[in-house]
Amino acid sequence: MDLVALLAIQVLYAIASLALISVGLAIIFGMMRVINLAHGEFLMLGGYAAIVATSHGISIWLSMLVVAPIVVGIIGVIVERTIIRFLYGRMIDTMLATWGLSLFLVGLTTAIFGNTTVGISAPLGSFQIGDYRTSAYTLFVIAVAAAVLGTIFAVMRWTRLGLIARGTMQNANMAAALGVNPPRVYAVTFGAGAALSGLAGAVLAPVSGVFPTIGVAYVAKSFITVIGGGAAVLSGTISASALFGTINQIATFVTTPVFGEVALLAAAIVLIRLLPQGITGRFFRRGL
Amino acid sequence: MMLDVQGLRAGYGRIPILNGVGFSVNEGEFIGVLGHNGMGKTTLLRALMGFLPASSGRVQFAGQDLTALEPYRRARLGLGYVPQGREIFPSLSAYDNLRMGCCKQPGADENETIATVLAEFPRLKTLLDRPGSALSGGEQQLLAIARCLCGKPRLVLLDEPTEGIQPSIIDEIVETLQRLRDDGGLTMILVEQNLDFIAAMSQRILVIQKGSITQEVKPDDLHNASLVGEFVGITA
Repeated sequence: MDLVALLAIQVLYAIASLALISVGLAIIFGMMRVINLAHGEFLMLGGYAAIVATSHGISIWLSMLVVAPIVVGIIGVIVERTIIRFLYGRMIDTMLATWGLSLFLVGLTTAIFGNTTVGISAPLGSFQIGDYRTSAYTLFVIAVAAAVLGTIFAVMRWTRLGLIARGTMQNANMAAALGVNPPRVYAVTFGAGAALSGLAGAVLAPVSGVFPTIGVAYVAKSFITVIGGGAAVLSGTISASALFGTINQIATFVTTPVFGEVALLAAAIVLIRLLPQGITGRFFRRGL
Repeated sequence: MMLDVQGLRAGYGRIPILNGVGFSVNEGEFIGVLGHNGMGKTTLLRALMGFLPASSGRVQFAGQDLTALEPYRRARLGLGYVPQGREIFPSLSAYDNLRMGCCKQPGADENETIATVLAEFPRLKTLLDRPGSALSGGEQQLLAIARCLCGKPRLVLLDEPTEGIQPSIIDEIVETLQRLRDDGGLTMILVEQNLDFIAAMSQRILVIQKGSITQEVKPDDLHNASLVGEFVGITA
């Protein structure tokens, strides 16, 4: 029974971390159709932002939940204004440009922080489930993921900002004819996606440590989750994370973490073969 | 004078479509624009809205020069646009489409604005929860007009509202627009190929041929088949 509870927490944690690393990309790729190959570096920068802020005496909670998303969000807006906005609708050029950006950011952080893993110890201790101990931080990550997804839902569903973003992504010219300024909406949306990536990178930093090339580990999984999820940002991210996270964690539990990853990737291949439009291409089509 | 267009030239890339269009519209007027396919009717409305840059000429709206302004600025100054093909946001609900129409007035209470507009469009009231893509062509057309009116435009550019629409809804559109015209406060430029519709709606009709306005006719003239054939090349 304790083991089942422990496994359930680990499955939830796997889902939550997948959802966290993917949701920023889901907004940038799913909504804006921009293939951002520097997505992993946005997560990496979030981690560094939190670590630098903490080392300057800012509380770790504030560093992770406020400083990191603001810093990376601002970087996102700058990237959109200086690079991405010239490339909308030019997918290959966008991939090339963001790949270049990714290499640049890796080089820059290596030059500043060195090619070593910087750690930040997880706050919160551990807690006991029967005979097992597990980190309380796991629960915090799950809570953050739930809060992030809930906030995105609320913004998209109930605020004017969310409505304008959804309308503009569907038909920018028509939105302009109704008085919306599409370039500003694009910049804000891209910035929001970057900010969420920064938040995710910061929240996961105590678990994984941060090093300049950590983005590589994130970016593939994020793309798999977003493409597996399909066009709907929120229901796509949630359903794909739930599927892949569960498969990954159960396979890890039964065998080893390596096979867990293999199982995740195999599941992704099968899923895309069966549902080329992703999960929300077939199910939950009317979701956000 | 509400709108004054002089020598407007515009086109797609290097292909010119409008070759010096000039006309003006007074406040409260309903103007029809009639012409063959490919004569530049839709291009004219797109250029007025700012989606196509003017290569020369001038567009003045309520005393303000619009020629170099982006579409969203023109919209905020009071231009409303109901495009050909309606361009309903497909995965927003009908109600959210109307909310998009309210974007121009961040201060106004959108529920109140929408309720006022919906009073003119009773058919839409039962459809508000449906996604825009699930509405029929006629319902989408009504929704597109209602969405435009939510922005409280002073001048509405209406592009072929009867294209592919069932006759019962065309009648409904005519009645609604006539009521709005008679209530005042609205000016409209209507592009159409449906002669009955344009005759019912317009006070003056401009004939566009090969990218310029060649003729101005009265609505009654459209009942004279030979005249129409001569002016427009459309047989009534």
